[in-house]
Amino acid sequence: MKLQAALDALPYLLSAAGTTLWISLAGIALGQVLGACVLLARTARSPALRRAGAVYVSFFRGVPLLVQLLLIYYFLPYIGIDVPPLVAAIGALGLASGAYVSEIFRGSLAAIPRGQAEAAQALGFSSATVWRRILLPQMLRISTPALVNELILLLKASSLISVVGVTELTRTSHSFAAATYRPFEIYITAALIYLAMNLALAALGAVLERRLAAAG
Amino acid sequence: MTDVAMVEMRGVAKTFGALQVLRDIDLTVQTSEVVCLIGPSGSGKSTLLRCINFLEPYDAGEVRIEGRLIGYTETSPRRPMPHHALQKMRRAIGMVFQHFNLWPHMTALENVAEALVRVRGFSRTDATGRARAMLARVGLAEKEKSYPARLSGGQQQRVAIARSLAMEPRLMLFDEPTSALDPELVGEVLQVMRDLAAEGMTMIVVTHEMGFAASVADRIAFLDHGRIVASGSPRAVLHESEEPRVRQFLQTYHERNSF
Repeated sequence: MKLQAALDALPYLLSAAGTTLWISLAGIALGQVLGACVLLARTARSPALRRAGAVYVSFFRGVPLLVQLLLIYYFLPYIGIDVPPLVAAIGALGLASGAYVSEIFRGSLAAIPRGQAEAAQALGFSSATVWRRILLPQMLRISTPALVNELILLLKASSLISVVGVTELTRTSHSFAAATYRPFEIYITAALIYLAMNLALAALGAVLERRLAAAG
Repeated sequence: MTDVAMVEMRGVAKTFGALQVLRDIDLTVQTSEVVCLIGPSGSGKSTLLRCINFLEPYDAGEVRIEGRLIGYTETSPRRPMPHHALQKMRRAIGMVFQHFNLWPHMTALENVAEALVRVRGFSRTDATGRARAMLARVGLAEKEKSYPARLSGGQQQRVAIARSLAMEPRLMLFDEPTSALDPELVGEVLQVMRDLAAEGMTMIVVTHEMGFAASVADRIAFLDHGRIVASGSPRAVLHESEEPRVRQFLQTYHERNSF
């Protein structure tokens, strides 16, 4: 075992871990927006919208993320849209997590008693205001544990975006492993960095959950 | 000033699938009247109440609030009323629910102020001022910063009443407001409702509290299987009614409440 190889690579791996983290955060942010949109579509009055929402969820849950990523990366240029790897990566992560997040939101929405919206309707709230002020804040609260879990899954899944050339943690480890011939030392370092990030996220999630519980 | 009733229901009917929950309901409530709706569970009392602010759409007949048809256009054939028109009508009708339905992510004060800001267009400062006054009115001034989960059932229901009153309704609907409360907390909520009745608020109350109905109601309507089968002064319904279903109901009520 040559620790020196790992130590030499460490600054680069940490910087790449930063890329992994912010791409994952961007992915889940996009996923939340898409998830909320898909939920709105799935609860809409129009059957076409409801159907579109259901198809979205089936597709992005049913096709492996790696295949989705390759589709975005190769298909869009094919029809004349040039996508930088970073955009393809965040887009793919966001689209995929949007499907899961919409399901999380759907479960949370079902957990809110009907009387919550009715009290607002009886006071003369518009449906948009009922959504924004009454349902959405409660949905986010109920969803917090599941969303933290989703973020952890996404952060691990983000290792797949190395295949489209984004220099995140897995790709950087790969380069160092190949260049130094010390794959074991490098990958164990990468594994520990992933683990540390996820433990930190889980801890943050626990704090958030306690705060929300304290508020009511 | 024309003599138009606060609420006028004519031939109101409602079905859930194959089940007819309301049949041919006629009910008129004048300004400042207190009307209690009583009857066995499943008799349609709550559904009737919810038709008045159109939380429950009725299928046939008419519900008029101060002469205006709620929920539908005046055209023939009638169509659902535009959302904004319905929202505007609902501002004048307060509703208090069995399970309070306070919003758990807002403090007591925020619960009361929210509709003033979002529906009435008050500034946050003005809304907060009015909300404080309303909480004081139901005796909860010192609880303004508490979240609902930290309040007793009776306190939550009083906040819910304050939330409705803040909107200056001309009519208040109460849907079994004390049914979810521990017995020792019922009194404080009923007291707030008595005060409100004494101030001349028009109230329609679905309740199982016969004592409250007997002493506060101007009129009692007894429902069974979706019909009003007896209606009149508390004395006429609770003591003098010959209607067997009313007698049966009261018999059961007295047996359950005697020990």
